[in-house]
Amino acid sequence: MSPTSPPAGASPGQPPSTGKPHAKPVLSVRNLAKAFGSNVVLRDIDLDVRRGNVVALIGPSGSGKTTVLRSLNGLETPDAGTVTFADTATGKDLSLDFSARVTRKDIAELRDRSAMVFQHYNLFPHMTVLQNVIEGPIQVQKRKRAEAVAEAEKLLARVGLGDKRDSYPFELSGGQQQRVGIVRALALKPQLLLFDEPTSALDPELVGDVLGVIQELAEEGWTMVIVTHELAFARQVADEVIFMDGGVVVERGPAAEVLRAPRQERTRQFIKRLLHEF
Amino acid sequence: MPLNWDLVWSSFGPLISGAVTGTIPLTLASFALGLALALLVALMRLSRNAVLSGAARFYVSVIRGTPLLVQLFVIFYGLPTIGVKLDPWPSAIIAFSLNVGGYAAEIIRAAILSVPKGQWEAGHTIGMSRGQSLRRIILPQAARVSVPPLSNTFISLVKDTSLASLILVTELFRNAQQIAAFSQEFMVLYLEAALVYWVICLALSSGQSALEKRLDRYVAH
Repeated sequence: MSPTSPPAGASPGQPPSTGKPHAKPVLSVRNLAKAFGSNVVLRDIDLDVRRGNVVALIGPSGSGKTTVLRSLNGLETPDAGTVTFADTATGKDLSLDFSARVTRKDIAELRDRSAMVFQHYNLFPHMTVLQNVIEGPIQVQKRKRAEAVAEAEKLLARVGLGDKRDSYPFELSGGQQQRVGIVRALALKPQLLLFDEPTSALDPELVGDVLGVIQELAEEGWTMVIVTHELAFARQVADEVIFMDGGVVVERGPAAEVLRAPRQERTRQFIKRLLHEF
Repeated sequence: MPLNWDLVWSSFGPLISGAVTGTIPLTLASFALGLALALLVALMRLSRNAVLSGAARFYVSVIRGTPLLVQLFVIFYGLPTIGVKLDPWPSAIIAFSLNVGGYAAEIIRAAILSVPKGQWEAGHTIGMSRGQSLRRIILPQAARVSVPPLSNTFISLVKDTSLASLILVTELFRNAQQIAAFSQEFMVLYLEAALVYWVICLALSSGQSALEKRLDRYVAH
């Protein structure tokens, strides 16, 4: 198994899924809602992600797509709705109902299931590249140092950063930092990878490297939710595209349909505007 | 009036010994305790618990709003009247620690707040609790920011320990006073004392530079 293969923990004995959807989604979100005071940011969001699938969230800024993503990782706490992670290994699902009281332990368990790649990388500046990657596996997952290091080195080599293991983040370009961000997430072996506009902070010439890495992960069968403005990329990697505006899902469907032949006027407007910009 | 060179040279001994057995240990002990206290107070102030943050705010306000000399006198001369009698050394260490705690708490609080919010989130996304994120991610970065202002506090403390002479702690300045009173060479002794304080602070400044350099290794220049 290649070092970046999705964790087998979710379903031992099964090969990593490659696009073949399972009956039961890994992640289901129902009626997610959030408001800051009178400002409603999310209303009745539903989302299903099947194992090995890639879902792209698109939409104008302020549409709530990033809030959805952050809610999945416990970085935002919705006011209502449920988030359920299926656990095919034990059959014991993790389900959080945000309408009820959610404890710190619940949030911690939710975080165990996914890992986030941030728009601004958020690497730990006081740690070397290697330390950034092994921090979670060693400090949180209590794995053996030698094993964590070996795995980190393999992953870094995979994204072309094998020679940067002892560099500090400030010594890297934005594209390299983001690839470290991706490796840091992969090293946790999450069931779900979350990307929050992973290329928005990058210089145009560096975008391709990062998108290439994400595309490879998609091909390997990682389950991912990606917030992005890169429509061409979304069409290439996403199984499903969800267009959000004003805190609601306006349109959803297979990438080719939503992006090439949107049914909703708002989606058409958005895509037209975005394509004009480039 | 000719300078009494014999006195100049012979008095350096007691002054340096006062520094080594009084000023320096008093400074180190008070600073260490004060820093620990300051971290606690800073975290209390940052906590969402209104009682904790209110208590921390009150403490900082009192410490910063009253003279150190008064604090020292309250502890050494005031407390015995309500039955708490402390020796000069413990009194001095308590007073200076409390004082450092108040000033350094604000420095540490500001340093913690200066670390971008995304660093907490990155800690959380790799599964860390708040405590773990604080210890492994936030405080190491806050430390770098707080070295210059904390060095100021440290250097001030070295000089402030001279106040301990007023509650009978045998340290650099008290030795200078006694020799001055005995020999009547006030100018000589007090300038000597000043010189010894200055040398100590010079050493601390160079220590600060070395520490800053070390902590700056992960920052772009």
